[in-house]
Amino acid sequence: MSKIDSKIPAGDLETKWTKYKSSVPLVNPSNKRNLEIVVVGSGLAGSSAATSLAELGYKVKVFCFQDSPRRAHSIAAQGGINAAKNYQNDGDSVYRLFYDTIKGGDYRAREANVHRLAEVSSNIIDQAVASGVPFAREYGGLLSNRSFGGTQVQRTFYAAGQTGQQLLLGAYSGLQRQIGLGNVQMFARHEMLEVVNIDGKCRGIIARDLVSGKLERHFGHAVLLCTGGYGNVFYLSTNAMACNVTAAWKAHKKGAYFANPCYTQIHPTCIPVSGDHQSKLTLMSESLRNDGRIWVPKRKEDAEAIRNGKLNPNDLKEEDRDYYLERRYPAFGNLVPRDVASRAAKERCDAGFGVNKTGEAVYLDFAFNMKYKYGKQVATLKHITNPTEAQLTEFGHEVIKEKYGNLFDMYKQITGVNPYENPMMIYPAVHYTMGGLWVDYNLMTTVPGLYALGEANFSDHGANRLGASALMQGLADGYFVIPYTIGAYLANEISVKSISTDHEAFVEAEKNVQSTIEKLFAVKGTKPVDFFHKRLGKIIWDNCGMARNVEGLTKAISEIKALREEFWNDVRVTGEANDFNPELEKAGRVADFIELGELMCKDALERNESCGGHFREDHQTEEGEALRDDENFKNVSAWEFKEIGNWDLHQEELVYENIKIAQRSYK
Amino acid sequence: MVYYFKTYNHNQYKKLNIMSGNMNINLKVWRQKNGKSQGKLVDYKVENVSPDMSFLEMFDVLNDRLINEGKDEPIAFDHDCREGICGSCSMYINGRPHGPNQGVTTCQLHMRSFKDNDTIVVEPWRSAAFPVIKDLATNRSAFDRIIASGGFISINTGNAQDANNLPIAKDNADDSFAAAACIGCGACVAACKNSSAMLFVSAKVSQLALLPQGAPERATRVLNMVAQMDAEGFGSCTNTGACEAECPKQISLTNIARLNREYYKAQLFSNEG
Ligand SMILES: Cc1cc2nc3c(=O)[nH]c(=O)nc-3n(C[C@H](O)[C@H](O)[C@H](O)COP(=O)(O)OP(=O)(O)OC[C@H]3O[C@@H](n4cnc5c(N)ncnc54)[C@H](O)[C@@H]3O)c2cc1C
Ligand code: SF4
Ligand code: FES
Repeated sequence: MSKIDSKIPAGDLETKWTKYKSSVPLVNPSNKRNLEIVVVGSGLAGSSAATSLAELGYKVKVFCFQDSPRRAHSIAAQGGINAAKNYQNDGDSVYRLFYDTIKGGDYRAREANVHRLAEVSSNIIDQAVASGVPFAREYGGLLSNRSFGGTQVQRTFYAAGQTGQQLLLGAYSGLQRQIGLGNVQMFARHEMLEVVNIDGKCRGIIARDLVSGKLERHFGHAVLLCTGGYGNVFYLSTNAMACNVTAAWKAHKKGAYFANPCYTQIHPTCIPVSGDHQSKLTLMSESLRNDGRIWVPKRKEDAEAIRNGKLNPNDLKEEDRDYYLERRYPAFGNLVPRDVASRAAKERCDAGFGVNKTGEAVYLDFAFNMKYKYGKQVATLKHITNPTEAQLTEFGHEVIKEKYGNLFDMYKQITGVNPYENPMMIYPAVHYTMGGLWVDYNLMTTVPGLYALGEANFSDHGANRLGASALMQGLADGYFVIPYTIGAYLANEISVKSISTDHEAFVEAEKNVQSTIEKLFAVKGTKPVDFFHKRLGKIIWDNCGMARNVEGLTKAISEIKALREEFWNDVRVTGEANDFNPELEKAGRVADFIELGELMCKDALERNESCGGHFREDHQTEEGEALRDDENFKNVSAWEFKEIGNWDLHQEELVYENIKIAQRSYK
Repeated sequence: MVYYFKTYNHNQYKKLNIMSGNMNINLKVWRQKNGKSQGKLVDYKVENVSPDMSFLEMFDVLNDRLINEGKDEPIAFDHDCREGICGSCSMYINGRPHGPNQGVTTCQLHMRSFKDNDTIVVEPWRSAAFPVIKDLATNRSAFDRIIASGGFISINTGNAQDANNLPIAKDNADDSFAAAACIGCGACVAACKNSSAMLFVSAKVSQLALLPQGAPERATRVLNMVAQMDAEGFGSCTNTGACEAECPKQISLTNIARLNREYYKAQLFSNEG
């Protein structure tokens, strides 16, 4: 085990970033024009990075596998984005956002990175508004805020339930402007399949044109991976269908360490699984927990009657309901962080109180706030002193519709049940991955010249991410961090001429990609790619999901090894290589997911503690809360790839100088 | 209080009562090898369809079968988020973009909207500006080029003032948001007998025209975007309203009226200049 250098600048936490920013080497404008940067990914991280770098004068190429950069997975984010603006005058500050994020991450994130994130958060909102993002506003014309889990202030900015869409379209329009100006070259429907290293530095990528199937070589003085998270390793998740780990994984196999792969986020409020045909799960935004109260029946008989359709939940009396989050965590109530809320739902369902046919669902109920919070407010505004129950419902309905309309519609379309009249049924589902490529303070991986931004890196969320912080991080990385930190590397590259893609390293890398593709076709097995993906997902969900233990993880590792064998002996990939071929794309991605799955379980097994989303059953308090082991595990696990199924572990010790670490409590 | 944590009991893939259904669906699907070849409708029968399946999940089931049988290649179609927000999915179902239901995308359409033994014809978007790539997947990059021609506010990173220094009346902000909800799917073009892209373009023009930040470039934006739209080969708008009726995000025709006003105003000024 060796130590790795996070390159955190010395000095006070509050001034570190400002000082560093002003001392980082600069590249002069005429040199920038000769420096080429490859950006893989067009989500919030990729679009904002590419745009900002192009504005500075670098020559930028952007890649995404969707048919348009506007369709990157960031588009699906619903609830909001955090910023320490303190517009609500409720005591928010950079320090508080910093503190909430470190605590929310269960003391497993770097102080310096998180503080920088909190510092730039305000600028993100300014930038977004200036580029035309229509955030929700109050009647006075100023921006509106709401609360998210794990915080006691209102710092979340939003655009109905479509915040990710509006932010991405804002970043995308900036990107399109740079494309129109000729500063960015866009390669949509292209998938990066390999990084190219020359003399120890990353110098480009191999990409496949997904329409023609042709392999292409692209040089860059630096390469930025903004390729999102790997939640789809579970098969079922709230991620878009094509989200995958391939870009990060190829980089990992070429020398980039992979950090904390076992830190995955299971989101408490998703629409429960409805059947075997299920292809993905749908999130019901965390913002719903502002007004929705989570409960199950107090008595098992009632739960059973509900499951059998003999009892309507609306008829269950108030005193017969168990608002278990409000009961267990009076200080934060329904707004506890995600990992805590998810485990609590699992606990109640495991104990037999689940409310749908499968026994794996709890209620998210708006009736109370619809009537007595909003209904009353509107009635007062209308000067109605003694409103009837029906009036309260009617008035409240309108307010709820304005706040969450699109989410309620989505729920109805998917389940066929009207959530204005019945409580929603929800259950936890895989949502986000805190783990990712290890990066230093500059966002550079362990391969010089290769960077990772956004969900693809591991940097800011520790063992659990707070809601509305991923959009913030993606845009912080792209708009406000990388444009500065990349100078530290590129200032020394100005004399490097662009390297011909005939260089043997490019030829070699392309040959490897080609041979992997040929290998996939050559198997000519009997089972479709999805068959293997579903099986992998089940192994990981059962053993490396909401609760983990030694026995299960050990078993999972051997099962995954066996699955890998089986995949390479029995997968059937149809169609041709030189053609538009979604099955081939999937096959390559699933092959990488299988290798990653093994590392996730290995990481979960080595981390002999519980923290955030990583809950080890053998490490819990008497009250069923996660029990950390700060003595041995106050660190980042960074895995170095040796060969398939074999890794070396490196550790980065985490130092807390500004926050006193304590047991995380939301009671 | 006792807390329960059982191991291995949690199984996402448990057999469920509602696992598979009993609907039989007759599909006629457009198959086309690539942009150069001729396409045709091919018949498929899908059995045991559950009403809780989404339309695309039915295609997953069919594709799995096609792979298993090894005769036909699986059907290619664009999709990603499966939540109605990315704008990837784009099927022309029984003569209507995104199928029979109003205000939803193909991926949000569920089989409970159909009946046992229904025959469903599925084709790609049809427009010269959206050439077919394969089967049901088309090339919609013309939309990106229209945005690149002017669908933005020219502001570089780091130049913004404090967001609350610019109050915006809630009604304007709400209207702007309603226009900004466009997902760029192209159903409006597919619905229009002229293949006009006016609804799409007007949504972006409106979003930015309704905000003070968008004001400085109002005139050039609309002129450039309309010019690019014409150059891409989209047809002209004859106000049939088919686009609004089929738009999954219910983008309103009032945006087209606003675009026209913006356009005439801009032309007037540019002629004077
Ligand atoms: C349903 C849902 C709701 C969410 N809601 C919120 C929220 O309200 N607030 C919040 O803060 N966060 C939210 N999140 C999390 C947040 O959306 C993501 O973490 C974030 O958008 C990730 O952005 P990104 O730029 O890192 O990656 P992405 O947006 O995932 O973009 C990845 C990009 O990389 C490209 N790419 C990947 N691999 C390759 C390859 N091999 N070759 C070429 N291109 C490649 C893709 O084409 C894409 O352009 C939500 C997530 C989900 C799933
Ligand atoms: S206007 Fe409507 S139909 Fe047209 S692209 Fe936008 S969302 Fe799709
Ligand atoms: S797949 Fe994203 S809108 Fe249908």
